[in-house]
Amino acid sequence: MTAAAEHMPRPKTSSRFLRRSLPYLLSLPALIVCIGILIPFFTAVYYSLLRFRLNLPALKGFIWFDNYLNFLTDAAFWNTVKISLVYAGLTVGVELLLGLGIALLLQKPTRFNNLASILLLLPLMTAPALAALMWKLMTNPNFGILSYLVSLLGFTNFKWASDPSTALLTVTLVDVWVYTPFIMILLLAGLRSLPKAPFEAAALDGVPRSFVFFRITLPMLLPYIITASLFRLLDSIQQFDIVYSMTQGGPGDTLMVFQVQSYLEFFQYTNVGRSAALLIVLWAITYFLSNIFIKQWLKLRERAHGVA
Amino acid sequence: MDHTSNLERIIRGGLIALVLIFFLFPIFWIVLMSFQTNETILRIPPSIFFEPTLSNYSALITGKLKTTAGNLDLAFMKNLWNSVLLSTLSVALSLILGVPAAYAFARFRFRLGEDIAFTLLSFRFAPPLLVLLPLSLYFKQLGLTNTYIGLIWVYQLICLPLILWIVRGYFEDISPDIEHAYRIAGNSWWQTFRKIAVPLAMPGIAAAGLLAFIFAWNNFVFALILASADKQPVTVGALAFVTASGIQYGQIAAAIVLSIAPTLALALYAQRYLVEGLSLGAVKG
Repeated sequence: MTAAAEHMPRPKTSSRFLRRSLPYLLSLPALIVCIGILIPFFTAVYYSLLRFRLNLPALKGFIWFDNYLNFLTDAAFWNTVKISLVYAGLTVGVELLLGLGIALLLQKPTRFNNLASILLLLPLMTAPALAALMWKLMTNPNFGILSYLVSLLGFTNFKWASDPSTALLTVTLVDVWVYTPFIMILLLAGLRSLPKAPFEAAALDGVPRSFVFFRITLPMLLPYIITASLFRLLDSIQQFDIVYSMTQGGPGDTLMVFQVQSYLEFFQYTNVGRSAALLIVLWAITYFLSNIFIKQWLKLRERAHGVA
Repeated sequence: MDHTSNLERIIRGGLIALVLIFFLFPIFWIVLMSFQTNETILRIPPSIFFEPTLSNYSALITGKLKTTAGNLDLAFMKNLWNSVLLSTLSVALSLILGVPAAYAFARFRFRLGEDIAFTLLSFRFAPPLLVLLPLSLYFKQLGLTNTYIGLIWVYQLICLPLILWIVRGYFEDISPDIEHAYRIAGNSWWQTFRKIAVPLAMPGIAAAGLLAFIFAWNNFVFALILASADKQPVTVGALAFVTASGIQYGQIAAAIVLSIAPTLALALYAQRYLVEGLSLGAVKG
């Protein structure tokens, strides 16, 4: 505002037309840049209705919903649906419980707790693809520190991500490591923004702490819990980086989540139509979730702004 | 008013210690590995005592690795440079496009305004491959495959929604009265935007820019599909590096450390903005 001193009185040049079109002029460049990205979306819808294999261009043709109808009887497709849902449910479930627990531990804004919550941001700021590589080094059967530690516990031949029975556990561990802090900081912000009065009243009345937690804290925190979980569910059902860096969907088809499956479908099997149809199914799921999320998020945002 | 007993304090402290160990140990361990030779890495049992060496880092920086099988060329520094270039330029473009748009959404109620804003936000939630796979075919036709321009354009998908929604929140929190007063004093709209609105929203713009930088840096899938080796950022480069160098574990660890250090440093530097930015401003930090 120091600039106010140097202002020169100047006649208003903006005509009525300019005033009207100004908001469009301001927002259109951003939109135009993204339009180029909207086109591929419609292309993907179109591809999903084609028989389209890059290696067999002669067979290309319009087949309506055959790609989707084929899914109904396709075991690989149902495996993908199952794995993606299990992955999303498992990671978000664990992250929610752990994140809530940590947020409660760090609730008091002491200097130590604030420092701890800042340090806990570090995994979240690590690229998930690189986090997967870090855990791959730590679970290496020859020298990995974690392989060594579990061998002390008697699991001498624990194969982590390369064994179908423990692969899901391993990628879940990486996902939990990266994303628990996200839920933790949202819930911590939520906890610290709750009004003090109900808690003081409960303390004066000598209400048991489990009662306070389940009847006061949890209901008041619920909007934050729902927002954080939906946000994570949206990301987690689309997980690609961690699974791809760690195992590329393997061993076998153990970890063929939606995006990894469609990536391989496209680049390895060059089956563009099927890959696109898979992604449209995933998009439908995320669209449904994101609509709920945006509504929830706007409500929370209004509340936060109303208080501020 | 403090009713916490000593026992409870000890349990709390113990639990927090466990949490910190779980979340910080992997970073600590990889940093340790990066200062070790393969020989000490492969020791059993593993130990935190060893003679630190800088050989992994010097091999990465000079790009030459002497092995028993001969010399190996490492292009890792190129990946690091690509990351710097892609993230910085993407964020710069996003700010140029996003700040005026955020201002428009915050200050004007206009037809289609909310629709445009939500269309832009929805990019944040769509599966990236849905757009990337068809785009990879288009990029081939347009000659944009494996170019910085093509990548920076696509990176707008990450940066733009973030900047738009955080900065919009900041503009909305600033009272328009100051701007009205400045305009009545005879200044044009553009001067008001530049000299009043933007400086007042600067903390938000800086926070959004930093976060967008971190997210652009950490992105993996965009460059995996649209770039080949010479344009790849560290996230993709490190994976390729693991495949290529095979058993050079010390170098792999050093490469990971160099790749994650910039975002971790930025995160520590900008931590007070992170909560708000990560939740797209849903909760005030």
